[in-house]
Amino acid sequence: MTRHNFKAAIISAAVVIALTGLLMGVRLSQSGGGLIVTGAGPDVYWKIAAAALFMFLFNLFRDQLDGLWRALPGIPKSPAGLTAVTEKPVVRRLFWCFLIAAALIWPFYADRGGTDLATLVLIYIMLGLGLNIVVGLAGLLDLGYVGFYAVGAYTYALLAMYFDIGFWPGLFAAGAMAALFGFLLGFPVLRLRGDYLAIVTLGFGEIIRILLNNMTWLTSGPNGIGGIPKPTLFGLEFSRRASDGMQTFHEFFGIEYSSVHRVMFLYFLALVLVLITLYVINRLLRMPVGRAWEALREDEIACRSLGINPTAVKLNAFTIGATFAGFAGCFFAARQGFISPESFTFIESAIILAIVVLGGMGSQVGVILAAIIMTLLPEVARQFDEYRMLLFGLLMVLMMIWRPQGLLPMKRPHLELRT
Amino acid sequence: MPDSLYYFVQQLLNGLTVGSTYALIAIGYTMVYGIIGMINFAHGEVYMIGSYIAFISIAALAMFGIEFLPLMIIGTFIISMIVTSAYGYSIERVAYRPLRGGNRLIPLISAIGMSIFLQNLVRLAQGSRDIAMPNLIPGGINIGPPEGFSATLSYMQMIIFAVTLISMTLLTLFITRSRMGRACRACAEDLKMTNLLGINTNGIIALTFVIGAALAAVAGVLLGMYYGVVNPYIGFMAGLKAFTAAVLGGIGSIPGAVLGGLLLGVTEAMTAGYFSSEYKDVVAFSLLILVLLFRPSGILGRPEVEKV
Repeated sequence: MTRHNFKAAIISAAVVIALTGLLMGVRLSQSGGGLIVTGAGPDVYWKIAAAALFMFLFNLFRDQLDGLWRALPGIPKSPAGLTAVTEKPVVRRLFWCFLIAAALIWPFYADRGGTDLATLVLIYIMLGLGLNIVVGLAGLLDLGYVGFYAVGAYTYALLAMYFDIGFWPGLFAAGAMAALFGFLLGFPVLRLRGDYLAIVTLGFGEIIRILLNNMTWLTSGPNGIGGIPKPTLFGLEFSRRASDGMQTFHEFFGIEYSSVHRVMFLYFLALVLVLITLYVINRLLRMPVGRAWEALREDEIACRSLGINPTAVKLNAFTIGATFAGFAGCFFAARQGFISPESFTFIESAIILAIVVLGGMGSQVGVILAAIIMTLLPEVARQFDEYRMLLFGLLMVLMMIWRPQGLLPMKRPHLELRT
Repeated sequence: MPDSLYYFVQQLLNGLTVGSTYALIAIGYTMVYGIIGMINFAHGEVYMIGSYIAFISIAALAMFGIEFLPLMIIGTFIISMIVTSAYGYSIERVAYRPLRGGNRLIPLISAIGMSIFLQNLVRLAQGSRDIAMPNLIPGGINIGPPEGFSATLSYMQMIIFAVTLISMTLLTLFITRSRMGRACRACAEDLKMTNLLGINTNGIIALTFVIGAALAAVAGVLLGMYYGVVNPYIGFMAGLKAFTAAVLGGIGSIPGAVLGGLLLGVTEAMTAGYFSSEYKDVVAFSLLILVLLFRPSGILGRPEVEKV
């Protein structure tokens, strides 16, 4: 316990009090035309005092704590044999088969709410996989990804509203439109360096949202668009009564009508879309373009000297990423039946980014795992709903400090020389 | 003179008012970027916290019976700057210092997390509703004829100009004349070399965060009194605008941040005045994209050479 530690301890305690004293210890409210402040109550004061005391003691005994920390036995690492087994292609294939099988039988075991929630997870998986191309593989930080999601959703909603276009053509139109937007935005901005790119894409996402909000003649502004038609299965509708010239699912198969059919159909549709996304991305990864993405992330200058055109490769990644967001947006619009600019705020972009980062940039299993965690966590911890976003922000910071590579970092297939 | 000219003058004044506060926030971005090459995404939230502390301390000082206006405003500035300095310091300590010198994206993601955290911290502590304050300094002087349309320069606007000017002068003096200011400039030039020469670079980096946060608090107090409204979500947009201003003027350059802030403020006011106020944010971001396209180093910035 040196003088130095004592000084640091005093300062840190003072900083804690400065941070929390006024902002948390006092509540601001309005009465009549004026402002009044009231104390936040003794429990808050106790918490502030406890936090200050904790920081004081922590800094005072910092050296001793460091010693204790070092004396603790390290966390046992997974044995080498186990990693060797999990690395085997057969095991990985079995794991994927198991995952898909579990996804296929899930709706038959879960209730309606469970299936609905799983559909939401699948939407986030799709968005995460799409953003993973841009952020995880190509290393371009895109903070406006939700803009493309919005473009996809609104493309389908507007086409359905003005031209009576069904889900399937709408899906392709939404993907194409989002790709076009990705291309148009990417073309000018991809020459920028990483962090500039992040802010420009963020600005772009905001522009899309503001435009959707203000172009009331087209999008009916903040009121949103309702009555978006649900997807059909080869022309079969999932409703109680068929509309003109259509047939319903239960009539065609001669079974009793049940609203669960539609929920299950939406779930399977999302599952198929996710599987297609996974397949396409896995193929792309083994193609020259996929290799170029990763090479570019690692070292742009080396890439350039090897004759790779960085702008073209980045543009590829950006456009393909945007396309998947467009598909996801179209599905989202069809599932909800109602969309408004409220669904496409920056926080949504941050959640998708958090999924990619939490899972481990570039890792597809990681993205799936993170999407499940991020969607289920708020459902499980309902009583912590108030604190959800607070913890979410904290988690992002802590993840970056302790495990920036994510939960399941991507592993490249590689050979090692053993001597 | 015709009415349209007064209308123009009015928009110009409004634009310069908002623009000078953008400049104050933008300096925080530009100084941090100049030294460690990182966008402090949570800086907008520091401004928001500064605004909240301004409201709290004005209300608290009034309740303690300090009704003398200049004393109240000076007290508010001091309290607000102390609290945000603590925030600036802690943010650097918690979210950025452990991550220095790695992949560039990692501190940026951590900064986004920090920004979300702070926003929700304030939401939980103070509620998410707008809180309004009566105008403390009403009135102003009219420019133009007594009849017809005339431009008004309110006293509040004059205070904003004066305070911004004083802050800028003090900052310039600090950076160019003081020993620590010289250390700051040395860090911006070459961090590693400065460290080798025996300067506590960690301390200097923390200092830039503190200075940036204190200036954001000044902007928070000024804009809080000017608009008279505060809520936990104002930091996001203000931060984005100030960053735009910093890039516009050339990130890393302090005069550039001031120029960019004023330019952005005037552009926004003109869009709002002649076109539509709903599209002013769209115009601001489009301006950012255009500047980055044609002059990525900004108006006063030095072109950056990428090193292997």
